[in-house]
Amino acid sequence: MTAVAQAIPLDQSAGLDLALDVAKIRADFPILAERINGKPLVYLDNAATSQKPRAVLDAIVNYYSHMNANIHRGVHTLSMRATEAHDAARQTVKRFINAADTREIIFVRGATEAINLVAQTYGRVHVSAGDEILITAMEHHSNIVPWQILCEEKGAHLKVAPIDDRGELLLDEFEKLIGPRTKIVAVTHVSNALGTVNPLRTMIEMAHRRGVPVLVDGAQAVPHFAVDVQALDADFYAFSGHKVYGPTGIGVLYGKRALLEAMPPYQGGGDMIASVTFEKTTYNVLPFKFEAGTPDIAGAIALGAALDYITALGMEKIAAHEHDLLAYATEKVGAIPGVQLIGTAADRAGALSFVLEGVHPHDLGTILDRQGIAIRTGHHCAQPVMERFQIPATARASFAVYNTKEEVDALVAGIRAAREVFA
Amino acid sequence: MSADMGDLGDLYQEVILEHSKAPRNFRKPASANHHAEGFNPLCGDRCSVYLDLENGAIKDIGFQGSGCAISRASASMMTQMLKGKSTEEAAKLFEEFHNLVTGDPETMKHAEELGKLAAFGGVSKFPARVKCATLAWHTLQSALEDKSETVSTE
Repeated sequence: MTAVAQAIPLDQSAGLDLALDVAKIRADFPILAERINGKPLVYLDNAATSQKPRAVLDAIVNYYSHMNANIHRGVHTLSMRATEAHDAARQTVKRFINAADTREIIFVRGATEAINLVAQTYGRVHVSAGDEILITAMEHHSNIVPWQILCEEKGAHLKVAPIDDRGELLLDEFEKLIGPRTKIVAVTHVSNALGTVNPLRTMIEMAHRRGVPVLVDGAQAVPHFAVDVQALDADFYAFSGHKVYGPTGIGVLYGKRALLEAMPPYQGGGDMIASVTFEKTTYNVLPFKFEAGTPDIAGAIALGAALDYITALGMEKIAAHEHDLLAYATEKVGAIPGVQLIGTAADRAGALSFVLEGVHPHDLGTILDRQGIAIRTGHHCAQPVMERFQIPATARASFAVYNTKEEVDALVAGIRAAREVFA
Repeated sequence: MSADMGDLGDLYQEVILEHSKAPRNFRKPASANHHAEGFNPLCGDRCSVYLDLENGAIKDIGFQGSGCAISRASASMMTQMLKGKSTEEAAKLFEEFHNLVTGDPETMKHAEELGKLAAFGGVSKFPARVKCATLAWHTLQSALEDKSETVSTE
């Protein structure tokens, strides 16, 4: 094992008071009882999407069984039930990320739509020819392409803050790149391909000192540790529901109220208007101004159920358990001959990326699948990160609250078996 | 390969493993007059196919690029198979190879024409890997047609 692979020490603090009953948690996730190719499922692709607890599945069935109606319109009982449950879900999201106000919580399809929303509203108003947008070299495509589209439209420039060989942001370079023409900084909280946790508080301070607002892609952060948007002083914070134990098709954009108030709408349609005539339309108040059309009502309610579920488990306990697991996996996988870890930042969460000498990640993924082990192989929608490390692809194991050290052992055995196939 | 690896042996047949480790015609022939680039955006695999075409016949063929064992072996065995063949024969072989890896029983009628390419029959049990097996062939097709843009498996 290389020295950097020991970057995260085994967490001794994960003692009694922080211990989770993982066996009991696993029983809450029906899919974990699946057998894949005759083997118990070892699901280590949580950074792509997490599995869903029964509470989330029940919330969806319960909604369609007992509440289904359109919201904000009907005076009938079902519509009121649906509206109340949808409002309650927004309250849950607000508490979960500690927003100041429910009007700051916009339901969207996912982190991707959240970022596109900001680029196409805030961005379109504030970015002009010659202006700059600053991102980092570890962004997911969803936090690159919306800004490229905007830059192309406006004649603006996309600046990219570099990372080092460990996958850590070069903070000095980042600060230097925030210039007089920088109109928005868009950064990931946690890298999906490298697991790097960015020093977000410091980065946001740097941008704010120059009067530049910051959008945070929090898709890979919210499942793993408590996020407080007010403590971070984030201007926008985006995340997807399906990576945090909720269903697909629902996500959240948090925005500071003053910023959201001043922004033009994203899409036009029903629910986002106060009044419509052919001469003039008045837009609805927040958050509805940004929620045109009938939303994914069941999805929002089920996301609320997911956040309630992990809040009840305790985000500190989840963070400690996963930290312990990631440290164990880093040590064990890193010790396999021929393994090179990609992303060895001091502060990491969620994901372990690696390449195996003589075995292409795609072949490794197939061989592991035959043993019931699901990992992600490829470029992880972060092709610039792959380019930075001069590799076409990596294998990535990513962890959730229900994963165990036994599953890491199964992964290690699977990687060793793959080496044998290609020996 | 350990016994509990199920049908992995069907996918990673000896001849495929051998070609993936030591690919044949892994070069750009000096006489090449046709060329195309292939890309599988799913896994980042890249493949360049070079052809020396003369009077509708493949006089020489080579490939370069990076990829998984299946895509490397497929490209390697494709180049071996096609050297000296006419472009019509190449197109017909691609069709049969495609049927083979997608599990179309129609291809069984012509299995003997595939020769040792029949080793890729196991791919049909691994739908996620069909694009790995066909990347070189799609790129070949593009090279035969002299298309300038990179051919994508998506």
